[in-house]
Amino acid sequence: MAKPARAVRKMDAPPWLALRGSPLSDDEFHGKVSTTSWIPRLEYGWDAGIAISRFLEGLKAGKILGVRCRVCGRTVTPPRAFCELDFRPMDDWVELADTATINTYSICYVTWDLKPLRKPQIPAVVEIDGTTPRVGFLHLIGGVNGSSVEAIRKQLRVGMPVRAVWKKPHQRAGAITDILYFEPVKRHPER
Amino acid sequence: MKRKPRRKVAVIGAGLSLFMRRALETGKELSYYAASQALETAGVRLKDIQAVVMATAPDAFDGVHMKGDWLLDGAGGVRKPYTRAYVGGGSGVFSIISGWTLVASGLFDLVLVVGEEKMSSCQPHPQGAFLTIFDHTIERPLGPNLLWIFSLEQHRYMSSYGIRNEDIALVSVKNKRNALNHPAAQVAANLSVKDVLASDVVAWPVHRLMVSPVSDGAAAIVLAAEHVARRLSEKPVWVQGVGWSLDTSYWGNRDLAYPRYVERAARMAYGMAGISEPRKEIHIAEPYDPFAYKELHHLEGLLLADRGKAPDDLARGRFDRTGELPTCPSGGLMGVGNPIAAAGVMKVCELFWQLRGEAGARQIPGNPERGVAQAWGDLMQIGTVAVLGVH
Ligand SMILES: [Zn+2]
Repeated sequence: MAKPARAVRKMDAPPWLALRGSPLSDDEFHGKVSTTSWIPRLEYGWDAGIAISRFLEGLKAGKILGVRCRVCGRTVTPPRAFCELDFRPMDDWVELADTATINTYSICYVTWDLKPLRKPQIPAVVEIDGTTPRVGFLHLIGGVNGSSVEAIRKQLRVGMPVRAVWKKPHQRAGAITDILYFEPVKRHPER
Repeated sequence: MKRKPRRKVAVIGAGLSLFMRRALETGKELSYYAASQALETAGVRLKDIQAVVMATAPDAFDGVHMKGDWLLDGAGGVRKPYTRAYVGGGSGVFSIISGWTLVASGLFDLVLVVGEEKMSSCQPHPQGAFLTIFDHTIERPLGPNLLWIFSLEQHRYMSSYGIRNEDIALVSVKNKRNALNHPAAQVAANLSVKDVLASDVVAWPVHRLMVSPVSDGAAAIVLAAEHVARRLSEKPVWVQGVGWSLDTSYWGNRDLAYPRYVERAARMAYGMAGISEPRKEIHIAEPYDPFAYKELHHLEGLLLADRGKAPDDLARGRFDRTGELPTCPSGGLMGVGNPIAAAGVMKVCELFWQLRGEAGARQIPGNPERGVAQAWGDLMQIGTVAVLGVH
């Protein structure tokens, strides 16, 4: 057992009593101090549910489906079986456009365990045209050039219109990834 | 608040362990350090404690299912009514709210509240434990990680109000500097805005030095009913109001520029505390700051700054330790560290010492009489708020 570098720290501050704790270095953690490890293996078979199942079937057919609440009038996607505010069924199904507006985006350069990504991911909250304002959902932005913050920010801004880029019909699996990403809508100068 | 609780509840003792990147101690041992210190400073023994509330965040950090029960021994909960309070990052302040309900209701006179987190066990990075907060069907296939929701929210906040990243980096500078005087601090430093913005971009607009660290640590307080507090303590600090509120788990449906759930929680706590003008009546704030922008976001939700204007207030020194409304004088999560549930309790410990005028080198001037602590978490949907004061 390694002897901790510093087991107590006294300071001219409350709680006046010495604070206890034994910080370990990386070196101590990975070897010198007894450590055991365990890699969990858990598998789940998730049901998509009533509303999302129908939404996924829509994606497979190249359509973005939403639902409207007959009480509060909100139109949302991804759909849900009931309105969480009114506690009524949300069963007025509508087919939405596959265009959207960027509510916010980020440029992510690391994986979840902080390994660097050479090509950044660009997650975004997008508001699908036809839904109630601020009813956004998570997806990815693509179709932009470069990988630096500066280069990407030149091509994207909050409020920008985007359009879904779909997988080819035979490749679609009825999954959120049937939409590959959303890309900026090209402006036509003649319009 | 139409109903007011009948019994007054006070904090009469507080304790901490060191906050560390990686501790040799187990979660039980860390809990014992903080809990025993809180008991000692309150002048009570474990056998006097009638109930225990324990806050600790995801089981997945420790790889121990039902870890609240597992930590029981370290929290002093053996053979007592024991509750785990768990609302993710909001747990620390929620545990005080839970403890308060037990005393205010008249059920118990002395309750120990312990917050603990040991994040370092989770390999290769505790962010792995957060991957499962995303919806399994419509979000996880996109490959999200926890940084996304923060970076997306920060960008929405910035774009809604025209806030620059320099303005946000200043939170890291202030809190890491404040933490230089905190005995438990893990990541105290004297940095400039330039240093913060020169650190790697992890998920633009978030830079590495705008993120709180992975931490191990524990914190605890002792709560007492009025008649007991007056007997045991010369300077009890009263829990004047508590509030909490959760927003929808469809997080993309929320207004990401403004934490409405924090406002709801704050209004509940202020109502109970009889506060009508929070900016005049609150002298010190410990808003939750796991990411630099969150302190500003939360100060607005707490109605302590105008929407989109907290960065301006910060830049003109309003939130400095010697400013008009010192915020995170402890050093916060950005400076002291972020052992999740323990960090929220640490904020209440700080109010306890500051309001007693005992914060040493961290003491804010002007004999503060009332402070607010706030935490936030779950799928960034909860606000937990506690107002403490000397009267
Ligand atoms: Zn509705």
